Amino acid sequence: MLTIHKSGMQTTVQDFGRTGFQKYGVVGSGAMDPYALRIANLLVGNKENAAALEITLMGPSIHFDEDHVISICGGNLTPQLDGKVVGCWRAIPVTKGQTLTFGKPRSGSRCYVAVAGGIDVPAVMGSRSTYARAELGGYEGRALDSGDQLAIGEASAAQKSAAHNGSWFVPAPSYSPNPVIRITKGRQFELFSEQSRKDFLSETFSVNSQSDRMGYRLDGLRLALAEAQEMISEAVVFGSIQVPADGNPIILMADRQTVGGYPKIAEAITVDLPLISQLKPGDRLRFTEVSVEEAQRLLKLQEHTINCLKNAIRLKRRDMK
Amino acid sequence: MDYSFSPLGDQAIVIEVGTAINEHTQKEILAISSFLEANSPQWMTEFIPAFTTVSIFYNPLHISYGEVKSGLTALLKEASEITPSPPRTIEIPVCYGGDYGPDLEFVAQHNGLSTEEVIAIHTGTSYTVHMIGFAPGFPYLGGMSEKIAAPRRQSPRVSIPERSVGIAGNQTGVYPISTPGGWQLIGRTPTRLFLPEKEIPSLLRAGDTIVFRRITAEEYQTLEEIENADHT
Repeated sequence: MLTIHKSGMQTTVQDFGRTGFQKYGVVGSGAMDPYALRIANLLVGNKENAAALEITLMGPSIHFDEDHVISICGGNLTPQLDGKVVGCWRAIPVTKGQTLTFGKPRSGSRCYVAVAGGIDVPAVMGSRSTYARAELGGYEGRALDSGDQLAIGEASAAQKSAAHNGSWFVPAPSYSPNPVIRITKGRQFELFSEQSRKDFLSETFSVNSQSDRMGYRLDGLRLALAEAQEMISEAVVFGSIQVPADGNPIILMADRQTVGGYPKIAEAITVDLPLISQLKPGDRLRFTEVSVEEAQRLLKLQEHTINCLKNAIRLKRRDMK
Repeated sequence: MDYSFSPLGDQAIVIEVGTAINEHTQKEILAISSFLEANSPQWMTEFIPAFTTVSIFYNPLHISYGEVKSGLTALLKEASEITPSPPRTIEIPVCYGGDYGPDLEFVAQHNGLSTEEVIAIHTGTSYTVHMIGFAPGFPYLGGMSEKIAAPRRQSPRVSIPERSVGIAGNQTGVYPISTPGGWQLIGRTPTRLFLPEKEIPSLLRAGDTIVFRRITAEEYQTLEEIENADHT
């Protein structure tokens, strides 16, 4: 079990989110940076989609009531165990009575704390992810607060014994405060004015402070349709970039609604979503176009890399037993 | 049947059935949805029907966009041959006005009607569920009379109680969960639209027909107690 002593800015339980219920208006939710969540789980021998804690910018204070093996992946929010800085992207044994806290965000804005055995909250519609707006899933359907106690699933003997010797870790992805995000053209791309299409693919946009798990609002040159027109609402996805009438694009994120009525200029490609999720207000980004075929090739390539990492982690864990 | 396909990012494809909201398009969308429900292709992870489109999600590690597109072309031929089951009709009891519908008076005044007339018009017709979205279980309804149309509130309410029935422009709807919003609230239903504990978590589905029935505050209380007892 673990106990939250201080809540931090926003700490929620997340896994890969809900699939199959969007036709009923149920939001997908899930980890904002699914890559970091996957690796975090692999490092502690969990299933890849086990539930973990998603921590945002100002981290919580987490007290461990038992011995556990944990890992912290994603942005580097300066995690500390009993005040001593610990590394990310590796397995870390913690003992009963220790406390995990966070300091200054050094890179990125979110990290995942996975615990061997997984965070044990009830699955709702096939997922343990928190969707706070509908008070769904996670821990009582909300972000964690001080005093909350979370049960941990049963870890196997192998998971418990594979303690970390400090000598190896998984390389962190190249998170950046000014990334170039690859996009595929949106369904309404051609409806934008020639100037706006050009601006979108060449100008720099910055992340507005009104950005959250639902969407990232961007500031920069305003984008406009060639001719004003009413849109008919249709499905949107994690990564859809829609442009409301005020001309400031919004990138839809994990807690996006299932459908939207604003024109979509683009969709960020799946492999680049973690780069967006790790941006903070004030960070800057640019967009560049790739084909759908290229986006899917990059996803396969990333999957291949993850499979290699998976094998390497498995071998390392076996060595340490 | 002349559908157009376009990618929606690298994990979904949009089938555009028509470019305007009408009965013909809606029937085709229902036919496709029923077909996908009964014969979901192995590569499909989920789908979202909307007013004029059906979006289909897939895992690009197993199948490419091009393969999905050609697979769908064949499937849609089969789909066009099925007749979707007739729409279900669902009745939504509503207690109009008072604390439940603080904007009923405004909607009446705006249209030069009495509150009784607004209620009679709202309950006097049936509505089609075009799609579910915006919030879990929220129905986009077609069929409201323009006689009771009303603009959104100038400043949205920070929190609208769940199950409120409202009007915004030419649309009427029911908020399944508490949310901020600018709709004019004319009443409230004791019926829950979002059912997270159920296998199908939404009372309504695209294609359903719904009718509103007026109830008294006492009936509202009784029905609400029954609903609460049912799910706890």
